[in-house]
Parts: sequence; C-alpha cells; structure tokens
Amino acid sequence: MKPVNQAQISFSSHSVNEGFGRAAVAAFLAQLDPTVADLSDMRTAVSEAVTNAIVHGYREQMGTVYITVKIFEDGKAVVRVRDKGCGIPDVKQAMEPLFTTGGEERAGLGFAVMQSFCDSVRVSSTPGRGTSVTLVKRFEPKA
Amino acid sequence: MSVQLNYKEGVLTAKLSGEIDHHSAREMREAIDDTAQKLKPYCLRLDFTEVPFMDSSGVGLILGRVRLCGFWRGRVVLCGLSQSLGKMVELAGISSVAAIERRAG
Repeated sequence: MKPVNQAQISFSSHSVNEGFGRAAVAAFLAQLDPTVADLSDMRTAVSEAVTNAIVHGYREQMGTVYITVKIFEDGKAVVRVRDKGCGIPDVKQAMEPLFTTGGEERAGLGFAVMQSFCDSVRVSSTPGRGTSVTLVKRFEPKA
Repeated sequence: MSVQLNYKEGVLTAKLSGEIDHHSAREMREAIDDTAQKLKPYCLRLDFTEVPFMDSSGVGLILGRVRLCGFWRGRVVLCGLSQSLGKMVELAGISSVAAIERRAG
C-alpha cells in the first residue's frame, strides 16, 4: 500500500532537539485528527526513539537523526527513526525492560514504552552502521 | 523548563514545569538534588501539574530521587499527574516505591 502523505525530518543529535523531533512528528500527524491520548502516545514513543539515537547511537560523536513519517489511507502511521551511529550488538537484549547501557539515570524503559504506546515496534541495527526503529500505530478517527 | 522549590516543615516541594525529557531532566535533577541534599527532607513532593509531557526520562528522574531520599529515609510523593503522565508512571511500576496523590476532581 502506498502512503497518502509523508514527511522527512532530520536534525543534529543535540539533546535539545529531542523536543523538536517529537513535536514535528506530532504536528504532521495532526492531519489524521487523532485523539489527544493517541497523539500523546506516539509523541512519547518518538521521544524514546529519538533519545535512544542521541544517547546511544551517537554516544561517541555528533551525527544526524533522520525521521520519516508516512500516513496511510486506513489511518495507520509509520514513523521510522534512524541514526548512523554505533549500532546495537544485541537487539533482543537491548529491548528487554530495564536493560540499559545509559547510566546517568536512564530507566531502561525506552523500548518497553515504545512497545506499549504503539501497535508494533521493529528494530534493525548493524554495529558500526546505525540503528533504525520503526513505530506503527493506527489512529482511530475521533468519534 | 523550571523547578520551583518550597520547603516547609520537613516537606520539600518541587514544582516542575515544562516538558520532561532526557534533555530537560538533567537540569531538573540538579536543581532538586542541590537543595534536597542540604535539607534532607523527610518528604520530597514532586508536583507535575505544569508538566504537559514526560517520557521515560521522567521515570529515571523519579526513581533517582527515591534512591537519593532513601539515604536519609525520606520518601517521595508524586502529585498533579495528568492522564498521560499517569500512564507512564503506571507502566514503570513507580507506585511500589513512591506514593501517588490523585488529582482532585
């Protein structure tokens, strides 16, 4: 199925841009006329993915975070957050709740939040090449 | 992002305002800990009334303060959580380590 609309957003991996990333995605998804709760869920999931890219992907160097948002006819939104950072050696382990390499008071809940706030989460990663996180959520039109 | 601190009879209230994410949590943490470590309150009250958004960095912020206050046997109370913040707090199982005051009304 082809998306009916899409957007690309990219920005430097400064942590101050975390707010910009999730706000930009939420602004684009507003055209689906989502409920406040659904939009808030997606905003949170995007924030987790963007933070992962900045804190983990680009822990050693600055880089660019790439976000693609696609909207489909049935109200489904697919948000892909990608970095060209260090990658994740063991994706399965990284997705376990409370697993964190972040230190500094990272709760280790990023993937658990993404999974619970979206319909599905796919992660692909190549060490040394980067990580791509795909968040899928179907937005029911407001009653 | 800002933190307003108010100390009264052993209770330190930190009124947080603005979105809480990995970026803003650091400054909030530093502002709270600076004062909390000096005063060692028996209760640290985190007020989320003016927080429209929080990701799991907020969970780290809360759990870190629970740990800190544990050093002098203080406890942490959360209040003013919106529905979406409540969802995050519930997912993280925070109610087992901090008291949650429900929003009036």
